[in-house]
Amino acid sequence: MGINIVDKRNNPKGKSSPNRQKLLKRIGHKIKKAMPDIIKNNGVKDLTSSKKGVKIPVKGINEPQFSYEGGSGDNKRVHPGNKEYTPGDKIRKPREGEGKGGQKGSNDPTITEDDFTISISREEFLEFFFDDLELPDMIKKHLNSVVDFKQRRAGFTNAGTPNRLNVVKSYKNSMSRKMAGDIFYDKKIKEVEDKLKDNTLTQNEVDDLNKELKKLINMKNSINFMEELDLRYNNYEQYPVPVTSAVMFSIMDVSASMGEKEKDISKRFFMLLYMFLTKQYERIEIVFIRHHTAAKEVDEDEFFNSRESGGTIVLPALELMDKIINDRYSSEWNIYATQASDGDVWDNSDAIGCAEILRDKLLSKIQYMIYIEVVRDRHSDLWEQYSNLEGNVTNFKVGKIKNNTEIWDVFKDFFKKKVKS
Amino acid sequence: MTKEKLKEMFSKSDWNSDTILEADIVISRIAKEYLGLNTYPNQFEIVTSEQMLDAYSLVGLPISYNHWKFGKDFVINKSKYKRGQMGLAYELVINSNPCISYNMEDNTTCLMLLVLAHAAYGHNHFFKNNYLFKQWTHADGIVDYMLFAREYVEKCEEKYGYEEVERILDACHMIERYGVDKYTKPQRMSLDKERDRLKKVFEDDRILVNDLWRTIPKNESEKEERVERFPKQPEENILYFIEKNSPNLKVWQRELIRIVRKTAQYFYPQGQTKVINEGCATFSHYEIINKMYDEGYLTDGFMLEFFHNHSNVIFQPGFDSKFYSGLNPYTLGFNIFTDLKRMSLDPTEEDKEWFPDIAGKGNWAETFRYIVENFKDETFVLQYLSPKVIRDMRLFEVSDEEEKRFYSITSIHNKQGYKNVRKSLSETYNRETYIPDIQVFDIDINGDRTLTLNYTSIDGKRLNPKDVDVVIDNISLLWGFPVTLIESGDEKQVLSMSDKLF
Repeated sequence: MGINIVDKRNNPKGKSSPNRQKLLKRIGHKIKKAMPDIIKNNGVKDLTSSKKGVKIPVKGINEPQFSYEGGSGDNKRVHPGNKEYTPGDKIRKPREGEGKGGQKGSNDPTITEDDFTISISREEFLEFFFDDLELPDMIKKHLNSVVDFKQRRAGFTNAGTPNRLNVVKSYKNSMSRKMAGDIFYDKKIKEVEDKLKDNTLTQNEVDDLNKELKKLINMKNSINFMEELDLRYNNYEQYPVPVTSAVMFSIMDVSASMGEKEKDISKRFFMLLYMFLTKQYERIEIVFIRHHTAAKEVDEDEFFNSRESGGTIVLPALELMDKIINDRYSSEWNIYATQASDGDVWDNSDAIGCAEILRDKLLSKIQYMIYIEVVRDRHSDLWEQYSNLEGNVTNFKVGKIKNNTEIWDVFKDFFKKKVKS
Repeated sequence: MTKEKLKEMFSKSDWNSDTILEADIVISRIAKEYLGLNTYPNQFEIVTSEQMLDAYSLVGLPISYNHWKFGKDFVINKSKYKRGQMGLAYELVINSNPCISYNMEDNTTCLMLLVLAHAAYGHNHFFKNNYLFKQWTHADGIVDYMLFAREYVEKCEEKYGYEEVERILDACHMIERYGVDKYTKPQRMSLDKERDRLKKVFEDDRILVNDLWRTIPKNESEKEERVERFPKQPEENILYFIEKNSPNLKVWQRELIRIVRKTAQYFYPQGQTKVINEGCATFSHYEIINKMYDEGYLTDGFMLEFFHNHSNVIFQPGFDSKFYSGLNPYTLGFNIFTDLKRMSLDPTEEDKEWFPDIAGKGNWAETFRYIVENFKDETFVLQYLSPKVIRDMRLFEVSDEEEKRFYSITSIHNKQGYKNVRKSLSETYNRETYIPDIQVFDIDINGDRTLTLNYTSIDGKRLNPKDVDVVIDNISLLWGFPVTLIESGDEKQVLSMSDKLF
């Protein structure tokens, strides 16, 4: 009876994944609690792009049980490696807080770690991240969204192009046809051979039988390896899928009054919104618009990184956005917009102009727009105008963010699931 | 294959399945003829580090029901492993028939031979022959049973919701150490039997009424003062008691308790045989590999690598080292067995005085097998820890009395100290010294059905207050009625009361 060697290395991975899912459910609320810290400490861009997943520290998921209180009662222990002790020696116990040692022996099964770090995938992260949030007014554009087609497999057909030939299936057919033919001819051949064994046959009859035998063997050998009727082709069919495409406008003030910190907050907020939208839409385009006194459409890199300064006029940015919408995005698009600014404007008329263009032109075309104001305690002109507007329309919201830790709360507030009444 | 060919094969660091097959032929022969080992057939599995981590998180079972705590262990172990804080064992072995061992793919040939001798023969022999394992676990049925458990838990989750299932399992896990029978032999486990039994349980549940909870009021005249407690004798298997007597539990909930109980029972012997089991395996691999060398199968280079690995296994830092985390069971067990062999062949006067039955008798392999079959850590140390091992390891006894501000050294490795050190060390392997003694004391049958548990303190030790209340609340969840924890059988000394209102 020899040893049975089993090489398991190629077995499917993830044997413990059900346990992992259970653990995630278990610590879900802890992960959510840690979200603000995660936003604060990681670049949101890292979170969205990294394939590695997100590391999340988890605290205090312990497994309580009955155990002894350390240091209570009288204990005798045996240790190895005595160098100088003799019976009767005394060693002062460490006082409280001096660090404990030797309370737990290696046999103590209660040693557990309460704090640990769990790495979760991007998808899992988004799941936790946006668990309680929803996009407002999603239905509107869903209904009249463009229908696109996708292909999916749908069995096999007898006809098709060579590139869709299903070799395995065809070969199976060929084999079974050949088998059936072989059996048929083998039977016949055997019959003739049996007849030939008969000694009473005349020479003529024997010749005839031999001829027939030869014919049968020939026919058996001539069964083709592959016949037209064996061939099978993979079949595909088209099915309609509703396509929901979205475009997200990011408008940022880059005038001199916006410092690095303010820009950083804005950037994080944009990325959050982007992540959130990726969860809902398959196709998302982003349009970056930066403005000081003039507005300009730029690419992502320039948007976040290049420096510019000057005074602030906001209106051109909104006008540019209106133009881009008219040029490039028809009514099938779901349009979202976020504007970030410190609220400083050249004069009040600019702010009034902004509110007007939003109310009269833009808001009717777009799904949802958010304005975030970074830093200032005092109310800016823009804030004044915008918050007035907020009260009058449903798809426009404003919020203030002072520092990184508040981003998540403000964001959550915008997209909180509405309690169905 | 000729000896020379094998020698060449084993001297390469790369191996393939032929290497293991050939090595097994030699090792199994030596294990049988030289050491007299008697083993289950072996299933030798080659695994990746990820699969090893899987096995770790299931505490060595090849399969288990799904629960978050296994996921947590996996995550913790994995991150420790990735950060290099923890090395993985070269092997992990399961008490099953056939005896399954997991072996790391990146082991060298030398390590593969070592783990083959260590796990597939050393541990395997221990599982098959040690009295605790023979009595308390069923190597034949465990894989089957865990399969059943897994299916059952899954079905319950579908039927009653995973939250409900998790609630019960969580509560059970908190007291799983109080779910073992110590004195009655558990029945054989088998998948089919479990299924049949379940059917019957459901049926019985429909038909029977538990007399304990008869609620029809008695006549006034029949009412009498309750004098006897229920249960009459305190019951230490708390999970068992609840499973059998809890008034409200559904059949499936009882079954979940039973599954946790059965699993705990399976691990019951393992916790009490670390030193002797590892000692047995380490001694076996050491003897077998050396014998292979003597017979000419191994090169000097192989032996150098072997000694390097072997001394890593039995590395024992002193108490004052920053690497110290208690006595290394491999070291202690190996040292005791090795010293027994020494005194059997080449005794001193001291050995003759301490071990008259062994010293100079020459039958060390027989002695080794006898001890492996009949002892657990506590008794093994108490009987066989020799003065020489105490001297070699420089063991000393420290007394830590709560009232005093000093630790005092009470015994060291000298003539007056040997017996104390031995007794004291043996005592630390006694299950009662690390698991608090808590038993079912009483149920208020006529009143509100409160379950009273009793804690008996040893040497003035107290329960860790951090967890007590949570655990009591969870026991109460299983019991379905209030639970009280008292001390020393004195109903006035209440340590904790469940605060759930019923």
